[in-house]
Amino acid sequence: MAEFSTKHREYGEVNIIELNGYLDAHTAQHLEHAISDLITKNKFKVVVNFEKLKYISSAGLGVFMAFIETMRTNSGDIKLAAMQPSVYNIFDLLGFPLLYEIFPTETEAVNKFNQ
Amino acid sequence: MNTAAKNIFEMKVKSSTENLGAIREFVEEKALHSGIDKDVIDKIVLAVDEACTNIIKHAYNYDASTEFVIRVLISKKEFKVLLIDHGKSFDPNQIADPDMPTYLKQRRVGGLGLHLMRHLMDKVEYNILEGNGNQLILTKKIA
Repeated sequence: MAEFSTKHREYGEVNIIELNGYLDAHTAQHLEHAISDLITKNKFKVVVNFEKLKYISSAGLGVFMAFIETMRTNSGDIKLAAMQPSVYNIFDLLGFPLLYEIFPTETEAVNKFNQ
Repeated sequence: MNTAAKNIFEMKVKSSTENLGAIREFVEEKALHSGIDKDVIDKIVLAVDEACTNIIKHAYNYDASTEFVIRVLISKKEFKVLLIDHGKSFDPNQIADPDMPTYLKQRRVGGLGLHLMRHLMDKVEYNILEGNGNQLILTKKIA
């Protein structure tokens, strides 16, 4: 069965969410809860680390669409980092790089917040 | 009579998103055995996931007491996946692809499944079967 988990870390003001496994219509809710939890705590600067994410469907992409505006109107953002090529291809196919900043590494994404 | 060698595999699942992983594994395994390139398999698997998600969500409205069928047909030239449900009908021909810059600008959520299926597969067809069934056929050329 497909597994999915998230881990949360803080790097100064920036909140890192690490994704692991398969993000689909079943597991998307798990990620929604993880991001909602940050909003509840007034944390709006988020870097999502995709390094261990093996798979994403449009339901997973929808989670980022649902929260991007809340983060940006509160002087934050959702920046995406360290995607495997197969995952990046889906973002790219749908034109998501127009709306989201995608970085090769987590460090680069974190540094962008601190610039 | 069609003499082309053809392999047929079938899986029946309860209409629940928790089965998406098993559906992906089923399709991936059949494609791997057919010697299809990994990047093509990834496309087929995602298209099937999107189609099944739509059935679970729209045709059956998350009613896990219902079931649908995933049938894989493999010939030398094509990898076909037929999805058969008896839920609410949905004709993809009536749905236009979204304009993605506008979609992103408006921060829309959802409605990308069919758009992805059309991009990932060579053909997306829909038929209404006798007895009110819906049949979606996803085809990928493999030779």
